[in-house]
Amino acid sequence: MDHLPTLVTEARQAIQAAESIAALDELRVHYLGKKGEITAQLKGLGKLPADERPAAGERINQAKQALAEELDARRKSLAKAALEAQLAAERIDVTLPGRGHVSGGLHPVTLTLERIEGLFGRIGYDVAVGPEVEDDYHNFEALNIPAHHPARGMADTFYFDATRLLRTHTSPVQVRTMKEQAPPIRIVCPGRVYRSDSDLTHTPMFHQVEGLLVDEDVSFADLKGTIEDFLHAFFERDDLSVRFRPSYFPFTEPSAEVDIQCVMCSGDGCRVCSHSGWLEVMGCGMVHPEVFRHSGIDSERYKGFAFGMGAERLAMLRYGVNDLRMFFDNDLRFLRQFA
Amino acid sequence: MKFSEQWLREWVSPQLGVQGLADQITMAGLEVDAVEPVAADFSGVVVAEVVDKQQHPDADKLNVCQVVDGSGETVQVVCGATNVAVGQKVPFARVGAVLPGDFKIKRAKLRGVESRGMICSASELGLAEETSGGILVLPADAPAGEDFRAWMGLDDHTVEVDLTPNRGDCLSLKGLAREVGVLNRLPLTPPAIEPVAPSHNETFPVRVEDAERCPRYIGRLIKGVDVTATTPLWMVERLRRSGIRSIDPVVDVTNYVMLELGQPLHAFDRENLHGAVVVRLARQGEQLTLLDGQEISLDASTLVIADERGPLAIAGVMGGEYSGVGPATRDIFLESAFFSPLAVAGQARSYGLHTDASHRFERGVDPQLTRDAVERATALLLQITGGEPGPLVEAASAAHLPGEREVTLRAERLEQALCKTLPGEEVQEILERLGMRIRAAEAGWQAQVPSWRFDIAIEEDLIEEVARIHGYNRLPVRRPAARLALRPDHEARTPLARLRHQMVARGYQEAVTYSFVAPELQQVLLPDAVSPRLANPISSDLAVMRASLFPGLVRALEYNLNRQQTRVRLFETGLIFRGDLDELEQTPMVGALACGERFPEGWSGGREKVDFFDLKGDLESLMALGGEEGAWRFEPGEHPALHPGQSARIIFRGEPVGWIGALHPGVKAELGLKVEVFLFEVRQDALTHGSLPSFEPLSRYPEVRRDLAFLLEEDRPVQALLDCVRNQAGEWLQELRLFDVYQGKGVPEGSKSVALGLTWQHPSRTLNDEEINQLVDAIVVELHQHLGAELRG
Repeated sequence: MDHLPTLVTEARQAIQAAESIAALDELRVHYLGKKGEITAQLKGLGKLPADERPAAGERINQAKQALAEELDARRKSLAKAALEAQLAAERIDVTLPGRGHVSGGLHPVTLTLERIEGLFGRIGYDVAVGPEVEDDYHNFEALNIPAHHPARGMADTFYFDATRLLRTHTSPVQVRTMKEQAPPIRIVCPGRVYRSDSDLTHTPMFHQVEGLLVDEDVSFADLKGTIEDFLHAFFERDDLSVRFRPSYFPFTEPSAEVDIQCVMCSGDGCRVCSHSGWLEVMGCGMVHPEVFRHSGIDSERYKGFAFGMGAERLAMLRYGVNDLRMFFDNDLRFLRQFA
Repeated sequence: MKFSEQWLREWVSPQLGVQGLADQITMAGLEVDAVEPVAADFSGVVVAEVVDKQQHPDADKLNVCQVVDGSGETVQVVCGATNVAVGQKVPFARVGAVLPGDFKIKRAKLRGVESRGMICSASELGLAEETSGGILVLPADAPAGEDFRAWMGLDDHTVEVDLTPNRGDCLSLKGLAREVGVLNRLPLTPPAIEPVAPSHNETFPVRVEDAERCPRYIGRLIKGVDVTATTPLWMVERLRRSGIRSIDPVVDVTNYVMLELGQPLHAFDRENLHGAVVVRLARQGEQLTLLDGQEISLDASTLVIADERGPLAIAGVMGGEYSGVGPATRDIFLESAFFSPLAVAGQARSYGLHTDASHRFERGVDPQLTRDAVERATALLLQITGGEPGPLVEAASAAHLPGEREVTLRAERLEQALCKTLPGEEVQEILERLGMRIRAAEAGWQAQVPSWRFDIAIEEDLIEEVARIHGYNRLPVRRPAARLALRPDHEARTPLARLRHQMVARGYQEAVTYSFVAPELQQVLLPDAVSPRLANPISSDLAVMRASLFPGLVRALEYNLNRQQTRVRLFETGLIFRGDLDELEQTPMVGALACGERFPEGWSGGREKVDFFDLKGDLESLMALGGEEGAWRFEPGEHPALHPGQSARIIFRGEPVGWIGALHPGVKAELGLKVEVFLFEVRQDALTHGSLPSFEPLSRYPEVRRDLAFLLEEDRPVQALLDCVRNQAGEWLQELRLFDVYQGKGVPEGSKSVALGLTWQHPSRTLNDEEINQLVDAIVVELHQHLGAELRG
């Protein structure tokens, strides 16, 4: 009386019906454990005639093997279902914003200054800085602007007393550098400057970057090349038209103002360029021999060029800011736009 | 300087439209700011003659006029102007005319009387700003029937040039024409100026006591002028188109000649001159009432025109009221002088003045112009006011007149400067066109500078002139060549940019605030700070230099709070100014302000407010960049702007370098701030001075960690505990962590529990328990003895 097939069928049904790993463990013990039913079958082999034993043993072992595989499969399937249930339960909304600090941002003037310093830094210009409360000598005299010179009227100056003032340009840094350092000199001087002027297009404080190069055999052509390269690089526009207009600064001779094709209208004419198609962006020129003399540099041997630009003006053109005064309101809604 | 295009074209008229002309002179260095039509658009206006005027039957204020407008018939028009009169020539808008503002003239009935057109006022034609209340009366010789616009030459432009201070020679039609002539290779056609024959011999004595400041003075007495005469319309128009209002014939003529030739002139009323005209320095404190009514006390450095009784005018700047010409004046004394630029420079400004005359004299007026100008003005005056001219009286000192200047230009220098070889003939031709007399010199040119060019003194000036006329944009472009020399770079230094970027990473926006602040605000925040005060601030809000970054940051906070921005993180870098002017320190700082929630509003909490330790953590992240965390300390301290229990002095390498803390409640109340505000500022040099990383071998032996909790008096700073532990923990201490501070249940009143985690590690062996126990024992004993701290069981 061989009830092995019934036993296997019964065990299979039980395995398929098992809903947990624990239930499967119980079934394993019940059928395949030391006192399990299949094990009992093996133990019963001894009661069979010796010639039937191998075949019967074979059948029982096959059944045992099959059930063990069945248990394993069921176990994997249950584990998989359990993992899936866990994953489903642990689902999060990945579209929720991240937690914690958000980054702040640099002021647009700083972005502009860093950009300018970077462009010139890469071709060997050092950054030089200096005091903002200056004296008459460094801000005017040494730059060939003696007392009562009409050019003093070009920039309204904030004074503390007869000789001390807020620098009206960063040129005093050039003077100080030339006194301390022998040519060749290549510097850019970024910083705050002050003019007693306040209206829609002027603030009493703004930022300038001036540049100075002093070496042997420096010509107006070198100045033109440097300025053109800079403007093309700054605006990332190699086709930007640049023109040089004769002008006057007491500390340079020859002097020039630099216009670029309007970056707002590409030269067609708009409100920003007063419908001229051109925007004045910089002043520049060859260092005046008188400035060299004040700085103790031999103007027969050395030549130099200098240039200066307003950071706010360039930032306005680059980022499309239409109101100069916003730079100093420090309105977070404004500042965050430059993050 | 503003000028009329048509006026210029009388001197020189290149084949260029007005815009072309403006572009041309702009590119030559005379920057044109604006080109505006001199009159608004209108059409259908003719010159007409009023031939009859009758009172309107039904309106007191209206007249019924008949005008002859050249159409062959007499036109009836109703006119409300009070000054209309028979025989007048007037601008007449025919039916169908369109006046400025698209105002169409139609046939109309006014109180039952037909009106076919309109007699116009200057303002109705856009020729004057304000209405003088009457129609524009034209000269008697105006031809009736002629198109008014054409007859007046209104298809003209006002060109405004923004001249640089070196180009005083262009502050006249003559100077501008000279420049345009140079650029276009055209000769000038100046108005003929002939000496006026005197009709009497009377003069007024002139005595120049300071020939250095006034090398030439010319005067002329003109007797019997009629100052009430009307300035001719053509002159009024030219002045108007140059931005100058007509006053009376004497002022108008002096202004006209100044615009035309560039020589400022002045007229005195002979009646009020006594003895002699004396050109001298003022005596300190002498009083003078100026033409504008202002009373001034003269400085001894000021050159004046005086008579025997006292000063009459500031030379080259402004006349005085007493000797001024008025409607009752009969005889005038006309002055044309050359004052040296240095004599006038700065004088106007020192009295808060700026006049057309001072503007020109400061920049240099052609000394060869003095006589021409007075002759020209005399001739014009006589035409308008009548009168009897006397002979010229001149006081001149050849020794003091500007001498002839010679400047050498070396060909090799020119070529080096411009990086271009210009043909010698071109260079010479450019210089000659500019009015220089050229002699060939060795390897170059010797140029004699014309009397009107005060700005040419050295070789570079000539180089600029050649470059300018040749054209800057035709010059070559090159890139500078330089040696590729490496420069030192200090790795231990933290660049300022790195500090800024760190603050940005911590969530701060960079602010840029003004370096001058309101004295009241600074007083509230830093009552003891001394910083320089501006002599001429732009407003009382921006009057004193900041002695700290706090005032600007607090102002920026207020600005944002007022705009519903409640979570504020700002930082700024820049100079602060401390001390009086003679011992001023201008120190670069980094400052920051935090206020509002710890994190931006979000879905997962973080709504608690920012506190001291948030800001301190941000600051410590800056300090960490230098790699010298051990060199920094925070010491409890008192700062007037900060809460005394929540503020610390920041110490770097033993030196105080800044402050951190909560804004003082009293200060907040004074500023009307209702939120908690935390601030720090630190010297930049402390944050940028770091040290290089220095490698230490990693130990292969196990770490030993002991956690110890101490009871400490609650007022005692934890820093003392940490210092003490560090001193006793031996050289193998790797890490000292403070992981809990607790007060409450289980801790006695007045104490706090501080939990420390100490980690030791030996580089070359395993530490044993006994060694560690000894160290712990030593720590416990030391803490007890020095700080009264008890180890918690």
